[in-house]
Amino acid sequence: MSLHYFIRKFITLIMTLLLITLLTFAAFTVIPGDAALSRLDMDATEEQVEALREEMGLNDPLPVRYFQWLSSALRGDFGESYQYSGVTVAELLATRLPVTLLLAVMSFLLILIISLPLGILSAMYVGKWLDTLINQLSQIVMAVPAFFLGMLMTYLFGLVLKWFQPGAFIDPFEDFAGCVRYMIFPAIAVALPKIGMVVKFLRNSILSELNQDYVRTARSRGARSFRILYGHVLKNALIPVITFLAMVIAEILAGSIVVEQVFGLPGMGRLLVTSISSRDYPVVQAIVTYITSVVVIINFIVDILYQFVDPRVRTTS
Amino acid sequence: MKKKLVLFCALALLVSAALGGCSQGGKSSDTQANDSASSESSSTSDADSENADASTESDTSSDGTPTTGGSVVLGMTQDLVSLDPHETTDAGTRSVVFNMYEGLVKATSDGDLTPAVASSYVISEDATCYTFTLRDGILFSDGTAVTVEDVKYSIERYAQLQGESSSFATAVNSVVIDDENTVSIYLTEANSEFLAQLTVAIIPASNDDPAGNPIGTGPFKYVSYSVGQNLILERNEYYWGDAAYLDQVEFKFIADTETAFTQLLAGTIDILNYLTTSQVQTLEAQYSDQFNVVEGSMHLVHAMFLNHEYEPLSDVRVRQALCYAVNREEINQFLFDGASEIIGSHMIPALTTWYEESTADMYTYDVEKAKELLAEAGYADGFDLTISVPSSYSQHVDTAQIIASQLEEVGINVTIQEVEWSTWLSDVYRGRDYQATVISFDGDLNPSDWLARYKSDASNNFFNYSNEEYDALLEAALASIDTDEKADLYKQMQINLAENAVAVYIEDPADFVAVSSDYAGYVFYPTSAWDMSTIYMVSDE
Amino acid sequence: MNEQISGQPRRHPHNGDTDFSAGRTVPRMKKKHNYSLIIGLTLSIALALMALIGHFWTPYSPTAMNASAVNMAPCLAHPLGTDNFGRDILSRIMNGSGITYLVAASTVLIGAVGGTIVGAFTGYFGGLLDEIVMRLNDVLLSFPSVLLALLFISFLGEGTENLILALGILFIPSFARIVRSEMIRCRELDFVRSAKVTGVGTLRIIFAHILPNSFVSMLTSAAIGFNNAVLAEASMSYLGLGVQPPNASLGRMLSEAQSYLYVAPWYAIAPGVTIILMILGFSLISEGLRGMQRN
Repeated sequence: MSLHYFIRKFITLIMTLLLITLLTFAAFTVIPGDAALSRLDMDATEEQVEALREEMGLNDPLPVRYFQWLSSALRGDFGESYQYSGVTVAELLATRLPVTLLLAVMSFLLILIISLPLGILSAMYVGKWLDTLINQLSQIVMAVPAFFLGMLMTYLFGLVLKWFQPGAFIDPFEDFAGCVRYMIFPAIAVALPKIGMVVKFLRNSILSELNQDYVRTARSRGARSFRILYGHVLKNALIPVITFLAMVIAEILAGSIVVEQVFGLPGMGRLLVTSISSRDYPVVQAIVTYITSVVVIINFIVDILYQFVDPRVRTTS
Repeated sequence: MKKKLVLFCALALLVSAALGGCSQGGKSSDTQANDSASSESSSTSDADSENADASTESDTSSDGTPTTGGSVVLGMTQDLVSLDPHETTDAGTRSVVFNMYEGLVKATSDGDLTPAVASSYVISEDATCYTFTLRDGILFSDGTAVTVEDVKYSIERYAQLQGESSSFATAVNSVVIDDENTVSIYLTEANSEFLAQLTVAIIPASNDDPAGNPIGTGPFKYVSYSVGQNLILERNEYYWGDAAYLDQVEFKFIADTETAFTQLLAGTIDILNYLTTSQVQTLEAQYSDQFNVVEGSMHLVHAMFLNHEYEPLSDVRVRQALCYAVNREEINQFLFDGASEIIGSHMIPALTTWYEESTADMYTYDVEKAKELLAEAGYADGFDLTISVPSSYSQHVDTAQIIASQLEEVGINVTIQEVEWSTWLSDVYRGRDYQATVISFDGDLNPSDWLARYKSDASNNFFNYSNEEYDALLEAALASIDTDEKADLYKQMQINLAENAVAVYIEDPADFVAVSSDYAGYVFYPTSAWDMSTIYMVSDE
Repeated sequence: MNEQISGQPRRHPHNGDTDFSAGRTVPRMKKKHNYSLIIGLTLSIALALMALIGHFWTPYSPTAMNASAVNMAPCLAHPLGTDNFGRDILSRIMNGSGITYLVAASTVLIGAVGGTIVGAFTGYFGGLLDEIVMRLNDVLLSFPSVLLALLFISFLGEGTENLILALGILFIPSFARIVRSEMIRCRELDFVRSAKVTGVGTLRIIFAHILPNSFVSMLTSAAIGFNNAVLAEASMSYLGLGVQPPNASLGRMLSEAQSYLYVAPWYAIAPGVTIILMILGFSLISEGLRGMQRN
């Protein structure tokens, strides 16, 4: 891997992040609805509104506000929430972030644990009934919207079978095990559709690898099929899957916005939805920056990893 | 002092009149000054009788024997705006902080005002000076004594925070400390309704962080608050009146009603307000042994408000046609199982002194009549109407849906436009850029608080209603200091609104509250208040 | 919601021109019959037919309320039951799937047309313009889709048209990538070169010579896009940002049904299952198409 490539990628990363934050920031100046108004009483006087706008810094021109935001954000200071006076965005996120992260990590683990073996099995028994079964199941599972799955699970496991108490979220800092037990259900709702995708993707990736010349040669020399599978094929087949999984992480973060809503999890996604409607820009800005940073940085890391794992990848533009 | 006493006796009658018809004529007298206990318990029993006529299930407050101790969790679908009682906040926040703070006077559950931090008060004959005597030995929740300086500080601070042009700040001329037990509030002009404004919380002048470290004189005191999570209060041992039954109260913030309901079923919360009918049905069908549903009223004017600047709606016949075409009973049936009280003007029935009953059935559902009126106005084929509703309030969105299907019958083609609350505030309410909207308004114990917004030049007259007769009536009502005369004028104003079909007034929505069967004593207030001091745990035999 | 990845992975920047989506070179386990395509088409056509009929005729008016038939369980008169306003759920589904289809089809159309234009020009000409547009594309793609849709809707306001517009714009980048890579692949090929030499106009080369080559892959992505659009519509309506009441879209119905999960579970199940069938139909079609592509 050339240093040149690394630097190029890194600059792109920074540029993308800057562009994203600027776009979100600019978007809020044109969105209808007034942050100062939604914080005040319905019949607040003009002077109250004006005073609050001034206090919130809403009257400054856009570039000034953006650079102020950027310079403090770089120092880790995302300002104060508009909606809750006197509460910093960092404090708000500190309670919400762990919930979303836990949900994301749990769903991701579920995806790995379930879909990797299934994908490999499916590829090993290609064309057999097991493959067909796994394939069809994946197809169906992929078609279920996560929030509908969430509603079904709430009804079936929560209300009918009473395996968990819907909405009775347990604070991870008080009872981590209890929290994990509760989060299993939303995690499944997030993970299931993705499991279908990863299974199919892995299966096809292995199959196309099996079709490569070197495998055919090995086969014709009489090597046993499972040894081929575990030798080179799996390693090579997993490379594109890594990229795919990186994208899955991004989608888990996004998918959790809706699933948190269904299960009533006090996570970042719900905070985002309420903050958008109350025009709590500092909070929205921070969350958007956070989520997109995660996505962009993961992509960056995968790019770099690729250079090590798969030397065949050329550094072309 | 002697002069004051004479003045007091002479004015006893006038004062009670100003307090409204509900009062038994002695609320303000010196003799009642120290029997706060009786006034407290009387308010509870009043509430019981009020609930009893609304529902058979509402008598949970008489269940079991009150026991002291225990804790309760009340779920609410919003967070608090600020714990500083002088900041402008919303109804939910006011309902919660009601438990921590008291003003010189405080609201009772029957729509009355009772002395709180003050033990008695006198209103001068010209209604420009209100004089209060501090309650003997009253303490803040931190154990320090309430002084007249604190009273002066609180009122002045409130006026300042409300802003110079606010109605409170313009009304108050000065706050004068007469002696260590009495404070006089001088008004810039006569105002016989100002007492209701003096529910402003009294807080210690020495506290420099009222939002972060709230101290008041209410039955509960502050323990902790975490944003988006909860507020925890515990019994104020220094409370001057009847001590609260519960040791601790938690207000738990939950983002939406469905989640709140599942938490209720799961036992995470014990009390939940504003249930929908489907939730009530669920509770009654499957959980009747675990919960009681207490039924009261939200004390709101729920209506479809119309913009009189919009072409077809500027014609009174069109507006009347809308009133005939909307089946209010059906809305009530769909949304509240028929438990709401139908209204016909901008006043809630709970304010009995001021409420004009005849308006409620001025327009009964009549499609033919509506069509006739529309034809008369030149809209025989109907017209297009866009109803803007704040999307976060499913009650309003549902109401708009029902109205849309009803107006279809008379040929009016309704489009529903959901807008976010902040957009509703800036575009509809402030910008007055809308055709019709469904929303509900709250108000305090003063009739003017409800009705003043229809004055032609009122800044919050977002209906663009302009009626000289109405303006004159309002002016006369505000100037009058005789209750009967005032009541008469306010009733005329309600009739004026109804006759001119200013809006399609629908109902004062029923409020269904689920209370876990371990608890009893829930009391409804006509103002924003969730009084936790009357709630107690039911002992198991 | 997962617009970007179901079966059709977003290509990674460094090898944006290669396709390692569900392997093109899957060996011969597919038999002569393309069951996926057959089942997918049957499902989709049946559902589309239902939506079409629902546009002209439904057993009851989809918005007619009936106070005496609230939250009824499925019965003969109402095969799928009624909702909280006594509206017939079957009628609402027949009508609502039409709206869902409309949103999905318009979204894909905007995405495909916009994507084709962007992708064709940037891919064919390359250079600085290409660099800038693709950078913007990357930015759009690094936003989780719901997030971007949320922002778009708060900017444009709620409503069906705005939902279509917002989702349509969101779909442009993924289509643009496909067309762009096709352009890059073809622009140096012999038939294009010879066309250039014989003086065929650039536009003609792009649209008449190169684009038809990417028809099948466009069709496959359109089927996937359709899926994602259905999901996106459902998610946005579920968050209250989509189709306005009293109109029924499937997502809107689901979000309304959530309040009645306890008293009327069938209210949620009917639209939910319809969405699943819709998506299943289209993903089977796209799988079938891919199978065809291989042969």
